Amino acid sequence: MQINFDNERPIFIQIAEWIEDAILAGAFPEETQIPSITEFSVNYKINPATALKGINILVEEGIVYKKRGIGMFVAAGAVKKLKEKRKEQFYDNFIRKLVDEAKRLEISKDEVINLLERGYDHEYRN
Amino acid sequence: MSIEIRKISKSYGNIFALDQVSFTFEEDKIYGLLGRNGAGKTTLLNIITNRIFPDTGEVLIDGIPVKENDDALKKVYMMSENNFYPAGMKIKEIYRWTKEFYPDFDTEYANKLADMFELSLNKTVKSLSTGYNSIFKIIIALSVNTPYVFLDEPVLGLDANHRDMFYRLLLEKYSESPSTYVLSTHLIEEVSNVIEHIIILKKGKIIKDESREDLMSYGYAVSGKASLVDEFIIDKNVIGIDSIGGLKSAYIMGQVPKGNLPEGLEISKMDLQKLFIKLTDN
Repeated sequence: MQINFDNERPIFIQIAEWIEDAILAGAFPEETQIPSITEFSVNYKINPATALKGINILVEEGIVYKKRGIGMFVAAGAVKKLKEKRKEQFYDNFIRKLVDEAKRLEISKDEVINLLERGYDHEYRN
Repeated sequence: MSIEIRKISKSYGNIFALDQVSFTFEEDKIYGLLGRNGAGKTTLLNIITNRIFPDTGEVLIDGIPVKENDDALKKVYMMSENNFYPAGMKIKEIYRWTKEFYPDFDTEYANKLADMFELSLNKTVKSLSTGYNSIFKIIIALSVNTPYVFLDEPVLGLDANHRDMFYRLLLEKYSESPSTYVLSTHLIEEVSNVIEHIIILKKGKIIKDESREDLMSYGYAVSGKASLVDEFIIDKNVIGIDSIGGLKSAYIMGQVPKGNLPEGLEISKMDLQKLFIKLTDN
């Protein structure tokens, strides 16, 4: 599994997001173990302190927890928690950008709504 | 436990190679020691390992001055670009001699690494290509088990696969038994995510000594129409400017301003390499 780090945000945040994505995609089901700090560090060639910092964000949010002497596990209820968190961020991450770009290109609100509908139709056809 | 560099100065003729350099390498961290050619990196490393002497100042390893002190020097291994090994010596003999001076040298691990890199232990130093010259020294650095390991241009001549292997092995080794590693290199992009703390030397002086994350968090670029950029940067700490046509990018040290930007301006982060270039230009 590859992570393409960008320069815009700190690496530890990108690590945390990558684990979140993997949990949402079902790659790390609840109550299963996630890779160790060393595995993250060696695989992605990042300093272990960076990997630890990323994972600690998820520990603080109750998404993963530590089993002493064994490793890090995905918490029960993590998927639900993550979906709620991502929903809260949906406006900032997607809607605002969409509206900004639409304004820049002078696409009207009605046109944007039409495009959204087209997007949904397209998805259903597949 | 640390290596303390105290007010080191060194000049060659009337040129200051190092000018009142003071900082500390802390225990169990991976450092990047960065600087352009001639910035004083190698001089500094040679002083730390007692290969040359400073004009003034001193280096303390775990509180003990390194000057003429074998006990302090046994805590440090330095892999350098220059070869101090007899050209006709076989690699396996070098490994044996290394173990004489550094009793914690793990011969078994070194042999395993030699196998992974496909380095023949029966070869002599002089018969090695540039890449394998780096490899046999990388292997010592990873097997030597000293509290402080300095690597001066460790990946010189290595192909992409071997470079990748080296960084992974370094991180694996560091995760399992941490030491202080100092990577001195001009391949900044490659080590950017590996290092935790950055020291930048410019013309013999330390211009940055801080965590990678802090350094990266307050370098940014603002781009847009030249007139807008000029207005935006009036009260900012500008470290460089690029212009193309009527567009301009200014590189700024400082916190990214909160709140709305003037219409038509765009802010992006700088990667470490860009930041380094702008900080050490001219």
